[in-house]
Amino acid sequence: MNKQAIKDWLNRFMPLAALILVYLVFAIIAPPSFVSLKNLELIVRQTAIVGLASLGMTLVIISGGIDLSVGSIVALVTVCIAWLLTAGCSPLVAAGGGVLAGLICGFINGALITRLKLVPFIITLGTLLIYRGLAKGLAHEQKIDAPLSWINELLAALKSEQLWMLVPGGVWLLALLAVLVALLLKYTRFGLYTFSIGSNEQASRLCGVPIDKVKLLIYSVSGLFAGFAGLMQFSRLTVGDPTVAAGLELDVIAAVVIGGGSLAGGEGSVLGTILGALIMTVIRSGCTQMGLSNWVQEIVTGIIIVVAVVLDRIRHKQEKK
Amino acid sequence: MSEHRLRVENIKVKFGGTVALDGVDFWVKPGEIVALIGENGAGKSTLMKALSGAILPNEGNMYLDGKAFAPKNPEEARHSGIAMIYQELSLPPALTVQDNIFLGMEISKGWLLDRGSMRAAAQNALKELGRELDLDLPVRNLSISDRQVVEIARARAVGCKVLILDEPTSSITQQDVQRLFTLMRSLKEQGHSIIYISHFLEEIEEIADRFVVLRDGKTVGSGKTGEVSREEIVALMVGRTLSDLYPRSTRDFKEPLLEVSSLAGENKLQSATLQVRRGEVLGIFGLVGSGRTDLIRTLFGLDRVKSGEITVGSYSGLATPAQRWSQGIGMVSEDRKAEGLATARTVAENLVLSYPQSCERLGVFSPTKMSATTADWISKLSIKCRTPEQKIGDLSGGNQQKIALARLLHHDVDLLLLDEPTRGIDVGSKKQIYERIDSLACSGKAVVIVSSYLPELLGTCDRIAVMNRGRLSQAKNIKDLTEHSIMMEAIS
Repeated sequence: MNKQAIKDWLNRFMPLAALILVYLVFAIIAPPSFVSLKNLELIVRQTAIVGLASLGMTLVIISGGIDLSVGSIVALVTVCIAWLLTAGCSPLVAAGGGVLAGLICGFINGALITRLKLVPFIITLGTLLIYRGLAKGLAHEQKIDAPLSWINELLAALKSEQLWMLVPGGVWLLALLAVLVALLLKYTRFGLYTFSIGSNEQASRLCGVPIDKVKLLIYSVSGLFAGFAGLMQFSRLTVGDPTVAAGLELDVIAAVVIGGGSLAGGEGSVLGTILGALIMTVIRSGCTQMGLSNWVQEIVTGIIIVVAVVLDRIRHKQEKK
Repeated sequence: MSEHRLRVENIKVKFGGTVALDGVDFWVKPGEIVALIGENGAGKSTLMKALSGAILPNEGNMYLDGKAFAPKNPEEARHSGIAMIYQELSLPPALTVQDNIFLGMEISKGWLLDRGSMRAAAQNALKELGRELDLDLPVRNLSISDRQVVEIARARAVGCKVLILDEPTSSITQQDVQRLFTLMRSLKEQGHSIIYISHFLEEIEEIADRFVVLRDGKTVGSGKTGEVSREEIVALMVGRTLSDLYPRSTRDFKEPLLEVSSLAGENKLQSATLQVRRGEVLGIFGLVGSGRTDLIRTLFGLDRVKSGEITVGSYSGLATPAQRWSQGIGMVSEDRKAEGLATARTVAENLVLSYPQSCERLGVFSPTKMSATTADWISKLSIKCRTPEQKIGDLSGGNQQKIALARLLHHDVDLLLLDEPTRGIDVGSKKQIYERIDSLACSGKAVVIVSSYLPELLGTCDRIAVMNRGRLSQAKNIKDLTEHSIMMEAIS
């Protein structure tokens, strides 16, 4: 292996190294309960919501865009599921309906961005408010109670007879979808186009890349994954809450960025994103175990985001030399 | 020594493995205009970057008024008295004339801007240049020629000693050129040193006192204008006979592949009628801003057609770039960074971007096949890069351009639209590209080359048409054309 290959390899595993480092730091300074298996499972479970939404965001950010509406979509999805359940639908139909609502929201984002030729930031800032408003209207500005069902087990701690599953279904769903998106990026034309649009939209247009179609698909997928995240959010809450997940989009964007995604587009990876999401949960969990307040967690997470991007910049400068 | 305002001795600049400057010497005295001549890629822009502090030379010395001069950044160079006026003017378009003149060195009273003093000073600066401009007009509303005046006023306001003008006449009218020359002469009388970069030898003879020729990063000659013939200067610039650089086999013209009649576009393109046959290389010459790039973009579906007809083989009518590709047309953009290549992505991805289907196995995109395909082209075109997975932005301009061309070769298109295919690349790569164009024509493909560099067009093309103010002249056989006659058509 030559020097360059080692460097490339190191770069790819920088988010992993960061995760291990953060984990080890807490393992030393936090109480022993932090390293327990139970806590590890908790960390993984807590990552599921941000993780699912950040898979879609990875595609969006690689393509040079942004989706600010995912938090609102999650809230709308929880409301839809609760509403369907109370209306007497089966849990499967309710879950499917919720995820479909997410997909539709994403499709609308994509359609507006490509038809109106406006920047994604503005469009999704608008739909952030629109979807949140819809969720509140649909729920008459209050929580919707729903009958308990298997949906609520998707992200619950495993019962003793389920231990063979290792982690709950929601986490398995995250793992499965992460692998799918990674394959999608590497082994399809759609993946190649996503990277090329983010790196240089004009050059992609010149090469005949169907830019509008690809973007429409990207934002639809982002909505779809926000839909899955909404399903997990509902599983955790057991109610439809139109005010939930406010600001979730920022955590999701942070996960992608910590994982090496560039807001300028053209860069990012599924593995990086998942590691980024895990890093944030580990910090949260570690701080909680140490009895540190929320504000400390926020400061630490903020510092990590800035440091991650600064390291990334330094790395890029070195590459250029 | 101190009779020289600026003196450059044996400057060398390396970027990674490529040597951009390999020993440049020249000087300029106070009250002198020195022309810097060289082909694209000869090292003029690198030299300018070294003078203006944008890059640090690896070797050599520079002296300003006899004192060592080694600017670490553009600010330092500016404050030492070196003012660059780039071809692409760099004024913030929304700011007014007055604000632009003082941008970065505003006059202030304590914490507040002293608009009154600035206004007086700006008026004065423009008066000295013999121009009247509305100080409150945003510069985006000014003509290019007026913007140049603002840039010059701005340079003087900093107290510039050496003014460097990079191709200032390439996009202004003949009348404005004369006004600029008058201005330059008065600056010269006031003791300013001017370095004037241009392709136009006539202009250089008219305005410059001396000339310095760069080729392949070296100073290859200098002299007093008027004492050396144009032919001698051209020989110095090119450094080789034309037939060496431009191979030309006997070409066999077949049926027409592209026919365009009275095409008009949304921007500069007014009217273009042309025909290209298989086996033929058609050249389109035009100055910057003449509409030559608009023509290519409109043909390829990147810009909208306003009126006129485009017929490609059996297809006629409007088409998107994707449809053009499938009709067997490919395009290389003049602007590699902005439109040609996705610089943050790999060599391989850039190469197959227009035709990823070629790297699919059973409908699944195969990175392995993409790498293998790319490795093949890398060796065929002797492209210098480590692996197909290397970022294309890390390659030299010449190698990047070869990939941009290889995209069309891989797609195996019948008609190649090449906009400034050799801009900013080294002579070796140029030669390879010319050879490739010749062999493409011989194998029955049709090629359209747009260029602002006449020797290149005369060397590679069979017929040349001239674009002037959005109108394309009828293409003529190169036997009936000279550099002079083409230039006359382009600027009349």
